[in-house]
Amino acid sequence: MTVYAGVPGVIETREALGETTLVVDPPRLIEACTLLRDEHGFNFLSDIAAADYLGWGEQGVAGYIGTASGRDLHEPGSQGLAHVPAPKPKRFSVSYQLLRVGDEAARLRVQVWLDDGEPVASVLPVWPAADWFEREAWDMMGVRFEGHPNLVRILMSEDWEGHPLRKDYPLGGEPVRFSDEE
Amino acid sequence: MTVLPSTRIYEGTRIPRPVPTILEVDPEKHSLENILTVNFGPNHPSTHGVLRLIVDLDGETVAGIRAVIGYLHTGFEKNMEAKSWWKSVTYAPRIDYVAFQANELVYVLAIEKLLGIEVPRRAIWARMALAELNRIHSHLVWLGTSALEIGAISLFWYAFDDRDQILDLFEMAGGARMHTRYFQVGGLAEDLPPDFTSEARKFCESMPKSVDEYEAILDRNAIWLARTKGIGLLSADDALALAQSGPMLRSSGVNWDLRKTMPYLAYDEVEFDVPVYSNGDVYDRYKVHMDEMRESVRIVRQCLDRLDEMEGEPWVADDRKVVLPPRHELHTSMESLIHHFKIVTEGYTVPEGEVYVVIESPRGEAGCYLVSDGGARPWRVRFRAPSFAALQATATVVQGCLIADLVAVAGSLDPVMGDADR
Repeated sequence: MTVYAGVPGVIETREALGETTLVVDPPRLIEACTLLRDEHGFNFLSDIAAADYLGWGEQGVAGYIGTASGRDLHEPGSQGLAHVPAPKPKRFSVSYQLLRVGDEAARLRVQVWLDDGEPVASVLPVWPAADWFEREAWDMMGVRFEGHPNLVRILMSEDWEGHPLRKDYPLGGEPVRFSDEE
Repeated sequence: MTVLPSTRIYEGTRIPRPVPTILEVDPEKHSLENILTVNFGPNHPSTHGVLRLIVDLDGETVAGIRAVIGYLHTGFEKNMEAKSWWKSVTYAPRIDYVAFQANELVYVLAIEKLLGIEVPRRAIWARMALAELNRIHSHLVWLGTSALEIGAISLFWYAFDDRDQILDLFEMAGGARMHTRYFQVGGLAEDLPPDFTSEARKFCESMPKSVDEYEAILDRNAIWLARTKGIGLLSADDALALAQSGPMLRSSGVNWDLRKTMPYLAYDEVEFDVPVYSNGDVYDRYKVHMDEMRESVRIVRQCLDRLDEMEGEPWVADDRKVVLPPRHELHTSMESLIHHFKIVTEGYTVPEGEVYVVIESPRGEAGCYLVSDGGARPWRVRFRAPSFAALQATATVVQGCLIADLVAVAGSLDPVMGDADR
């Protein structure tokens, strides 16, 4: 396991499937990113991926959806033996996928966890490439990046309501107008 | 070091401030009274799809620019999250519809990483052969359309003629010319047909000659040279800061190719060179594309040799919980029928976890971030689109350009709008 020493604000270091994740305290994100860029050579911001965990772990997802004694068909949602995923700290995760372009190529994921409406500092001063990635995360997930000079929608139109990739946004959520409607 | 020492394309940085993707008119250089704002796109034949550029012109000089995207947003990620893992593979190639095989590959590789499934070597080499053919296909589309936009119309027909031969090969392998859904979790959807390697070899014979011909048409064409050399400059530092990848990065003097630096599939077992140029202009981007087509042919040849050696070996993993059973077993085996039914209806489940898998697509760093909750549908699918990142460099590369150069420069970024907008 690669150790990234001295990164400020690290809450947790996870190693899974050959990938390292540093979970960082949101207020210290800029400090951590600046250090990773300057001291550890992560000069390339590959991606910013936001994910919504609304409803995560509330229901079993696979396996036998029932209980050891069987289940009452009239009682929906008896989920005793099904696999339930481990709980997440907050609703949203924002993952910064870093890459070291240099002699020792490496990837690293820096992750922050946020509640709905909780802002996080923009990493645009650290990596200019964050501009559109953050705009997309705002547009699609409604994550607010403080200090971004132009945080407006990028994929949806300017007057769009809601953030389509949130779990509470319905599929096919666009209202359809029919010809007999006024 | 990975950066060529001679990379002095310009001093300092040209990334605009405060917003890196918007070039504002500088009142010290341009009189604001003379500025004419022109809307370029989204429905303009030479914007490679539905890219919209809002350009501030001072005479014919580009004084300010901003790129507007989203006109082709179709909600791929949302749709894939509503489908089972098995069904959502079909969506991946449609995102970047020119590098379809690369998108399919990165999605399938990401699922396989979560599953921890081992893929047989025949499938690995077949995937490499098709991914490299797809790279040539993508570069041919880029070459044909970019040359067309600058006025070299004849090249378009030559390039699309060769492209058609690649599509014939895809049709032979997977049954569909584009968006093949030929890669599936565990390996391939079907074995390669017996005469695939011989047909592909014929293509490998003719393709290098075609590349020579293209260069013969363009390299001494005074108009082509005048319209591409020294235009659309991007330095190595700015390219890295703006997360540029693929030919964009290699034409700016950065020797970076994921197939070499972080090999996946079996790229560490094939011989090929990474073309690097250091002027960072449209002409060098064109040279990188041309050289890469030659290198891809080299890789395809080695893949075909290995595929001939592996004739008759399995082409899909033997894991009945994930891979469809062979068709003939459905008539004789109850278990196979059950497995088939389960995969097609409920789908297979993927262990809980998150992965980020990146490959070198024809356009560069193509990534896929997946989150699974352990169920039969992906919780989160996210594609890192190289076209999206490339368009962020628009405001940096057009500085000092004339309006006539804009088409050449925008084309040299090689954006595919389906990829950028998803």
